[in-house]
Amino acid sequence: MGKKLLLEHVDVPGINTLSVYRQKGGYRALEKALRTMTPEAIVEEVKVSGLRGRGGAGFPTGMKWSFLAKPEGVPRYVVCNADESEPGTFKDRYLMEKIPHLLIEGMIVSSFALGAKTSFIYIRGEYFYVARILEAAIAEAYEAGLLGKNILNSGFDHDCYVQIGAGAYICGEETALLESLEGKRGNPRIKPPFPAVAGLYSCPTVVNNVETIAAVVPIVNDGGAAYAAVGIGKSTGTKLISASGHIKKPGVYEIELGVPVEEFIYSDEYCGGILGDRKLKAVVAGGSSVPILPADLILKTAAGEPRLMSYESLADGGFASGTMLGSGGFIVMDETSSIVKNLYTFTRFYHHESCGQCSPCREGTGWMEKILHRILDGDGTMKDIDLLWDIQSKIEGKTICPLGDAAAWPVASAIRHFRAEFEEYVRKGHSIKDVKHYYTTQGLPEPAYS
Amino acid sequence: MPKVTIDDITIEVPEGTTILQAARMIGGDVVPPAMCYYSKLKTSGGYCRTCIVKVEQGSAKDPRPMPKPVASCRTTVMDGMVVRNKTSQEVLEARAGVVEFLLINHPLDCPICDQAGECHLQDLGYEHGKVETRYEFDRREFEKIDIGDKIQLHMTRCILCYRCVKVADQLTDGRVHGVINRGDVAEISTYIQNSIENDFSGNVIDVCPVGALTDKTFRFKSRVWYTKPVDAHCNCDKCSGKVRLWYKGEEVLRVTARKDKYGEVEDWICNDCRFNKKKTSDWVIEGPSKVDRHSVISANHYDNLKVLKATVDRQQLALPHGEKVGLGKGALDPNNIHGKH
Amino acid sequence: MHTDQKRDIRFDEQTMETVRKIIKRYPEGKHKSALIPILHIAQAEFDGWLSPEVMDYVAEILNIQSIEVYEVASFYSMFNLKPVGKCLIEVCRTSSCWLRGAEDVVRHIEKKLHISVGETTSDGMFTLKTVECLGSCGTAPMMQVGADYYENLTLDKVDELLDQWKSEGKRSRYC
Repeated sequence: MGKKLLLEHVDVPGINTLSVYRQKGGYRALEKALRTMTPEAIVEEVKVSGLRGRGGAGFPTGMKWSFLAKPEGVPRYVVCNADESEPGTFKDRYLMEKIPHLLIEGMIVSSFALGAKTSFIYIRGEYFYVARILEAAIAEAYEAGLLGKNILNSGFDHDCYVQIGAGAYICGEETALLESLEGKRGNPRIKPPFPAVAGLYSCPTVVNNVETIAAVVPIVNDGGAAYAAVGIGKSTGTKLISASGHIKKPGVYEIELGVPVEEFIYSDEYCGGILGDRKLKAVVAGGSSVPILPADLILKTAAGEPRLMSYESLADGGFASGTMLGSGGFIVMDETSSIVKNLYTFTRFYHHESCGQCSPCREGTGWMEKILHRILDGDGTMKDIDLLWDIQSKIEGKTICPLGDAAAWPVASAIRHFRAEFEEYVRKGHSIKDVKHYYTTQGLPEPAYS
Repeated sequence: MPKVTIDDITIEVPEGTTILQAARMIGGDVVPPAMCYYSKLKTSGGYCRTCIVKVEQGSAKDPRPMPKPVASCRTTVMDGMVVRNKTSQEVLEARAGVVEFLLINHPLDCPICDQAGECHLQDLGYEHGKVETRYEFDRREFEKIDIGDKIQLHMTRCILCYRCVKVADQLTDGRVHGVINRGDVAEISTYIQNSIENDFSGNVIDVCPVGALTDKTFRFKSRVWYTKPVDAHCNCDKCSGKVRLWYKGEEVLRVTARKDKYGEVEDWICNDCRFNKKKTSDWVIEGPSKVDRHSVISANHYDNLKVLKATVDRQQLALPHGEKVGLGKGALDPNNIHGKH
Repeated sequence: MHTDQKRDIRFDEQTMETVRKIIKRYPEGKHKSALIPILHIAQAEFDGWLSPEVMDYVAEILNIQSIEVYEVASFYSMFNLKPVGKCLIEVCRTSSCWLRGAEDVVRHIEKKLHISVGETTSDGMFTLKTVECLGSCGTAPMMQVGADYYENLTLDKVDELLDQWKSEGKRSRYC
């Protein structure tokens, strides 16, 4: 069994309540921080821990915190990014729903470390019921004097609010999130300035993912060094992985970074193997935007080393043969899955979620979706495959925010690793009527799902 | 003051200058095209991505290159920065890609668009676009909307530069139009039937880089290259009164603000000057305007017509009995209209 | 549907108190931050969609221009700018849900309710919508109705739910 730093008590009945959470050692980190530590010392522990942003980018959290500007007389804000919308990712929802106080405690400790009197948890609108759970937890925390004025007699005042979104993937981009929090359209801002200098209401702001903020709790409890001792190399600590697709046991798993991918997919401790014991075809390892890898490359690197669940190992080989840990949204596809159709669902998603502010993403995402639709309809040409490649290359790196890259990478990787399948769609044209039919053309057993 | 090198030309610029502004200080080929940036409108720029350039060296202190092309209009110059625009194949290819994106859903209805001849997208397409389109799907269409009795919104042509929204925010009180919906169905709209009523609303026409916002009082009256721009002024209590009159014969067909070589207005003008003063007697004439932009519009009356007139005069001399020579086919030859360009 | 009747668009005092509380969260002059939370309340209060009149009312409460509300409301996919049925069914269709049979669920509902995606049943009871990833990939396929998630769907389970909602006249509300 791997070490659990966040979800150790997830199955304890009533852990969503303050009393049970405290019985299990909850709010110890807050007491320790307020009573025995300076804000600087907390920032230092986070640096030592090697914690990296768990929302997808993997940027070192301690470094992000140290960029925060601290001009006199200007309020600072901590904002929690709970907009979890990357297809394949549902770990933040699980954490907030099961152990809301872990996030609240992390918010208060982080805000103390960064000198923020107010914090916001920006949660995607579809998670309304989770917002209610968080609000209930916050109310309990106020009641117990863990929020509000003079917390635990430390002289530190803090208010924490839940802000609800309304359906927009782009608000997971931190500056779009801040725009939305200011009551505007979720258009990403042009950077610089970065939020650390001018964020919410133009004030210095740190935006961190739910899991990142929750991880501050064990870091303060046990020290940054203890956190860094878990994991492998620069991939320190644990990571929540959302596992879905054709596996026997979908769900959220807290892993010590460094678990072999093969073990993660096949062991009973985690995914439990492929549904129906069919063959593994491909995996999207870190949420929809990271490159898809075929079975051989997800299990082993191009050099033949076992692939591990870590930032470095998953990225080994660059985009030619590697991928990214991303948000930890781990989507497994068995041998009956159509890569082209799956890509179509991703591309349709990015087209739907493009904010429309900058031209390459606004125009390019829809164009790619139309071409993929045409290929699936049996009307594609070989030239379409090259055209798709060219369009994604003209979006990648040319947009205001990373949504452009996120839309481009799945297309590029699907063509890179599964070009033959695209060509087959084109060759067989109308004879591939729907995806189910595709399996039979492959001589494969018809799957349980279309 | 920081020094920046753009396409191998070094210039010293004031602190806080953007790459685009620095390039404009150098002038000529070094200047990246800009479809959404507008120096007179705060927070404009960054959206269209046509002005992207490659930063080969970030600064003298940190010489690392920037990993991705950047929007030159929103990137501040650092001392020792080295930038590539026209001298980078990567930039030219990326820009051609942006131009293609801007054109795939554009109706290409230049033959019936009042903006033709002074359209920035037309210029951009001419310079960077390819002859053939690779887009084989239906183009996006929107209904035409009247936003007041003087301004027509033809959303199908819009490239979402946001300039008109910024004009409304920064020049007028109580903005009634904005960007609604999102993604590729985002549109400039008042959402409910509404007209834009304020003294400076007409400026949205001047800032629009394409034919999405046009002057209804000029609608279909003439191709712009058949009209003759003349600078004029009047004593106006609302605006500077400095305008450009566009003549066809003796008739003033339209009034606009005066624009510089980047197509930006020099002074905002009020609706009274723009829409209501269409008689020569309303104005003090200063003389023919010099249009610097290398567009169709600047290729009209000066060099070209002079040459044409000289040709006509010469032919006239050669003809017996004072027969008149008309401007034949050749006068409308696109090669002549484009003139030196 | 109640769209034809003109009705008084005004929050009752209790709702107004909630609205005032939300506005108070934000610093002086930053009350526009309350826009999205208030639009949610307005949508729930006024028949599940945001008519121009409702949006104008929200603009009035926040003392902002109506266009600022239209801009925001039309950006976010959870706000309905056209009338919807009493019970809005949103079926997720992205990758993991597709892999686990979301298309079968959609087809099944279409057949059962005699409508296509985007349409409302003639009695105004159900509107069917497909949506992008709702963060329920591990329990796919799934659908959202109001604030509730219905996960690990089978066609039988869908039948059961639809029958139950129809008989009880379920109204979907996020809040």
